[in-house]
Amino acid sequence: MLYALLCYNSEAMVADWSPEKDKEVMAHHLAVERRLAEQGKVGPVVRLMPTTTATTIRSGRAPSVIDGPFAETKEQLLGFYLVDCDSLEEAIRVATELGIESGAMEIRPVMHFSDLSNPRGAVGEAAGGADGQNTQARGIQ
Amino acid sequence: MTDIAWIDAAISAARPQAIAALLRYFRNLDTAEEAFQEACLRALNHWTTNGPPRDPAAWLIFVARNFALDEARRGKRHESLTDEAAIPDTQTAETDMAERLDNAHYRDDILRLLFICCHPDLPSTQQIALALRIVSGLTVQEIARAFLVSESAMEQRITRAKRRVAAAQVPFEAPGAAERQERLQTVAAMIYLLFNEGYSASGGEVHVRVPLCEEAIRLARLLLRLFPGEPEIMGLTALLLLQHSRAAARLDENGQIVLLEDQDRSLWNRELINEGFALIEKALRHWRPGPYQIQAAIAAVHARAMKPEDTDWAEIDQLYGVLEQIQPSPVVTLNRAVAVSKVRGPAAALQLIEPLEPQLANYFHFYGVRGAFLVQLGRKQEARVDFDRAISLAHTAAEAAHIRMHIDRLMQEGQTSVAC
Repeated sequence: MLYALLCYNSEAMVADWSPEKDKEVMAHHLAVERRLAEQGKVGPVVRLMPTTTATTIRSGRAPSVIDGPFAETKEQLLGFYLVDCDSLEEAIRVATELGIESGAMEIRPVMHFSDLSNPRGAVGEAAGGADGQNTQARGIQ
Repeated sequence: MTDIAWIDAAISAARPQAIAALLRYFRNLDTAEEAFQEACLRALNHWTTNGPPRDPAAWLIFVARNFALDEARRGKRHESLTDEAAIPDTQTAETDMAERLDNAHYRDDILRLLFICCHPDLPSTQQIALALRIVSGLTVQEIARAFLVSESAMEQRITRAKRRVAAAQVPFEAPGAAERQERLQTVAAMIYLLFNEGYSASGGEVHVRVPLCEEAIRLARLLLRLFPGEPEIMGLTALLLLQHSRAAARLDENGQIVLLEDQDRSLWNRELINEGFALIEKALRHWRPGPYQIQAAIAAVHARAMKPEDTDWAEIDQLYGVLEQIQPSPVVTLNRAVAVSKVRGPAAALQLIEPLEPQLANYFHFYGVRGAFLVQLGRKQEARVDFDRAISLAHTAAEAAHIRMHIDRLMQEGQTSVAC
């Protein structure tokens, strides 16, 4: 089963992490990602830009384009993982291992996944180690 | 067990909201600050043993408010402080508080707080100092160090600012739409000044003060979160991000200024650049151009060029042209002249800035720029005079050293041409 691990946290707080703290968290995530990649269990991994860069389109008679994130909440969606796990138990283990020191991680089973284009084209060189991940993503059934 | 780094980040993220809400209750900066300080101390104890609260800001406000109320009731008689264990069921009370705090007052509270710091009666140096103390929570010592004044002088500056604010009787009710707009601009200007202070320091040995730039970016982001639909605030944030993206390349290992065209562009922070691009793109969709958006657009043209020779100077010239119209200033024209020199040559650029001399007679950059144009035109004697004048007007050691380098180059070229 494919699961999306959605990482929620207070954006204001994450923005206040010191650069060292940020690096430490990212390094830890990368280590877990690498291990998952070796097992062919990880698809795209995405860290989103701050919600201040977000634009939301609301339905209506004429759909309106609104600045800002979808909803004003205390915790924002900051990024997500796509992982291939045998069970919810395993997905919970992976999420826990990635670390939920603050904020929350939502585990959502994936209904449909298609990878029609090479996501690298869109991501460019931004994601370090994207190479291995994408090969793995395509390997996901 | 909650780690200290987490608590630290939680407290500094909660600070503006907490201080702002406390200010609404107590209408006194000192009381609000003191109560918040106390709540932070208790958080340090409580959170490390009992785990993090669901909503740190609400927890801090709740505990701080209770502390201040107790203090007031006791008439400031010194008794032992209530242990936070004595506060019945902080979690439930805090949850309750969090519900009520949600969005209702949040924006106006923080805006009011920022505006109080930017009160028009205060000179800009006091505005910045007060905002750093009250909103950012820097210590007096940190602020003093950033502005290169003694701690006691900074203490005095902040106290004086607080007194003025108290005397000015700033209204505490929610601002109306028109007033909010006006306040927003004042606050934006303060953040811009704060960034400039960090970007090219107005005095001393250190030319770039990264912490001030970072703090300005933090405040800009805060303002943008409060007003996500204001194109000028998007523009301001984008501008600061794009300028700051070059921080690592702007000085060499000896602290000497490295000009834009000589910078190692691989040192530019692409993450900040991309965020800046995203914001400016969003802002331009609104078709309400303003000075910050245009300055950000100019910075974006530079950021887009992977090599200096790829820079689209014609577009920069045009953008400065628009900026001249909506915000006419000799400094803007001076900057435009640099673009003009690239597009139409140094003679045209020189012609553009000659009339500015009376207005910019004390401006370091005027003589630096004119000197450079004169060099390009082969008028070395006159260039030398301008460079000497620039040195006498330099604010930092790095500025002076940079011009000295120009002079050295001039002298060397002079010698070679004689030798030939």
